[in-house]
Amino acid sequence: MISPVEERRPAVRAALRSIQWFTLGLLLLIGIGPLYMMVKGAVSPSADLIARPLALWPADPRPENFVTAWDDLSIGHYLFNTLQVVGGAWAVQLVVAVTAGFALSVLRPWFGRYVYGAILATMFVPYTVSMVSLFLTVIDLGLVDSYWSIWLPAGANAFNVLLAKRFFDALPAELFAAARIDGASTWQLLVRIVLPMSRPILAVISLLAVMHSWKDFIWPLVAITDPDKQPISVALANLAEQAPQDELIAAMAMALAPPVLVFLVFQKYIVAGLGFTGVKG
Amino acid sequence: MKTVTAPPPVTRATPRPGARRVKPRFGRTAVTALIFLIPALVVFGAFSWWPIVRGLLISFQRTNLIDPAEWVGLANFAALFADPLLGTAIRNTLLFVGLALLIGFPVPLLLATVMSTVRRGAGAYRFLVYLPVVIPPVVAILLWKWFYDPGHGLFNELLGLAGLGPFPWLDSPGTAMLSLVLQSTWAGMGGAVLIYLAAIVGIPSELYEAAQMDGASIMTRIWHITLPQLRPVIGLLLLMQLINTMQVFTEPYVFTGGGPENSTLTVLLLIFRYAFQDGNYGQAAALSFLLAIVLGVLSAVYLRATRSWSAS
Repeated sequence: MISPVEERRPAVRAALRSIQWFTLGLLLLIGIGPLYMMVKGAVSPSADLIARPLALWPADPRPENFVTAWDDLSIGHYLFNTLQVVGGAWAVQLVVAVTAGFALSVLRPWFGRYVYGAILATMFVPYTVSMVSLFLTVIDLGLVDSYWSIWLPAGANAFNVLLAKRFFDALPAELFAAARIDGASTWQLLVRIVLPMSRPILAVISLLAVMHSWKDFIWPLVAITDPDKQPISVALANLAEQAPQDELIAAMAMALAPPVLVFLVFQKYIVAGLGFTGVKG
Repeated sequence: MKTVTAPPPVTRATPRPGARRVKPRFGRTAVTALIFLIPALVVFGAFSWWPIVRGLLISFQRTNLIDPAEWVGLANFAALFADPLLGTAIRNTLLFVGLALLIGFPVPLLLATVMSTVRRGAGAYRFLVYLPVVIPPVVAILLWKWFYDPGHGLFNELLGLAGLGPFPWLDSPGTAMLSLVLQSTWAGMGGAVLIYLAAIVGIPSELYEAAQMDGASIMTRIWHITLPQLRPVIGLLLLMQLINTMQVFTEPYVFTGGGPENSTLTVLLLIFRYAFQDGNYGQAAALSFLLAIVLGVLSAVYLRATRSWSAS
C-alpha cells in the first residue's frame, strides 16, 4: 500500500519506521515479556517474588526449583501422559483422514456423497455441545480413563477429511488409471501413488492435529478422571490450588517448553501452514 | 521465512468437471471403498453422529447412569428456565463475546496492516505475534492469574509505577470478565493477524498504484482500498470469533471457577456444572441443545461465507 518511491521520502520514511519500531517493541513486550517473567519467576524464591515482583532477575536465583518441581509435582509423568494423548490423537486423525479422503476422492463409491455429506454436516455442531452425550457414550463403551476416549473422538474431525479429500481431488486422475493398468492393487495405489504425493497435506493435518490436542482442555478434563493419567494441562489446573507459587511457575515453564521448542524449529512451516488452510490456531 | 499466500491451494482443488475418473456404480470398488471408509464410519458414528442424536434424546430424558433413562417431556427445559443462573450465564457469555469483539477484533487488523509494510525482519514480527498462540491455554491462564494478583502481581506493580490502581482484576465482579477477555485476546490474536496479513499481501498492487496516481494519500488508500478488499476475510474472522467465544470455558474455569458472585459463569461452564458436578445430564443436554442451535446457525453462515469466499 506504500510504493517504493514514497518510501524514500524522508517524512514518510521516518513516520513508517517509527510506527514499525513501536509495533516491534510492543510485540516484544507482549510476546516475550510474559515468557521471560515466567522463567524469572521459576528460578526465584517465593519470598523474592513477593518482595521484588518487578526485579528483572532474582538476587539469589534457584535453578534447582526446576528439579524440585519435576520431582514433587511429577511433571515428567504428566508430560509423558500428554505425549501419549497427542501421539495417539495424531495417528488416529491421520488414519481416518487419509482412508476416508482416499475412498471418497479416488475410489468414489456410489454412496460416497452421502457419507461425505454426513461427515461435513458435523461441522455445524462443535463437539462442546454434544460433550454430555459423548461422555455418556464413552461410559457405555467402557473407555473412561482410557486414552482411547480422547484418541477416537479426535479422529471424528470433518475438517481433516475435507482437507484430505480436496487435496486428493487435485491429484492427476491419469496417474491412478495408469497404476491400475500396471496392475496396482487399491492398497498399493494409496501407499505408492497417493501418499508420496500428499506430503504437504499430511503435514498440515498433522500440524493441526498436534496443536489441537496439545491445547485441548475441556474434553481431557471430563474424560480422564484418574489423576494419575491426566495430561499436563489438566494436572496443572489441579496443582494450581495446592503447589507453592515458585514450584508451580517452574512446572508451567516446563509444560510450555515442548510446544515452544516445536514452534521454534518448525515456525516457518507452521506460519505458512496456517495461511495455507486459513485456520485460526 | 516463507511468505503466507492466499487464497489457499486446497480451496482451488475442486474436481475439474471434465476430469476422467473411474466411476463404477456397484460391485467390487464399492466394497473396497467401504472397507477404506471403516475408520471414518466408526469414529464419526460412535463419537459424532450418535452423540449428536443422543444429546437431543437425553434433553427429553432423565438419566442417572444407573437406572434406565426415563422420558420426561419438557421437564428438563422447564427446570432449566426456572434456574436463575441461566440468565446470568447467558448475560455473561454475551458480555464475553461483546468485549472480545470490541477489544480483540480491531487489534489484529491494525497489527496486520502495520506488519504488511515491514520489508526486512518480517519473520521476527510474525514469530512474536504468533508465540502466545502456541502456549497451552492452561499455562497461559495460570501465568496471567499470577500477573493479575491484586497483592504483588505484575500488572498492579507496573500500573502502580504510573500512579494507577491497585485494581482488583479477577477478585471483583466488575472487572473479572474484562480480565478474562484481555488474556483471551492476547492468547488468540496471532492466528487472526496471520490470516489478515496473508489477505493484505494478496491485494493486487495495481489498485494502490492507480489510486496513488489519482493523488490518494496513504490513509485514504488504506481506508478505500485495503479495508474494502478485506471485507470477506473480516466477515469470516468475525464469525469464527463469535463461534469460538460463545463456547468460552477454559478461561472462566481456570481463572475464577465462575466467580466472584457468578460474574464469570458462562453457558458452557453451566453445562459442565449441571452434568459433571450435579449429575443432571438431562438439564445439561437441554442447555447444550439451545447452545447448539445458536452455534449451528452461526456455523451455517460461516460455511456459506467460506464457500462464496473461496469460489470468488
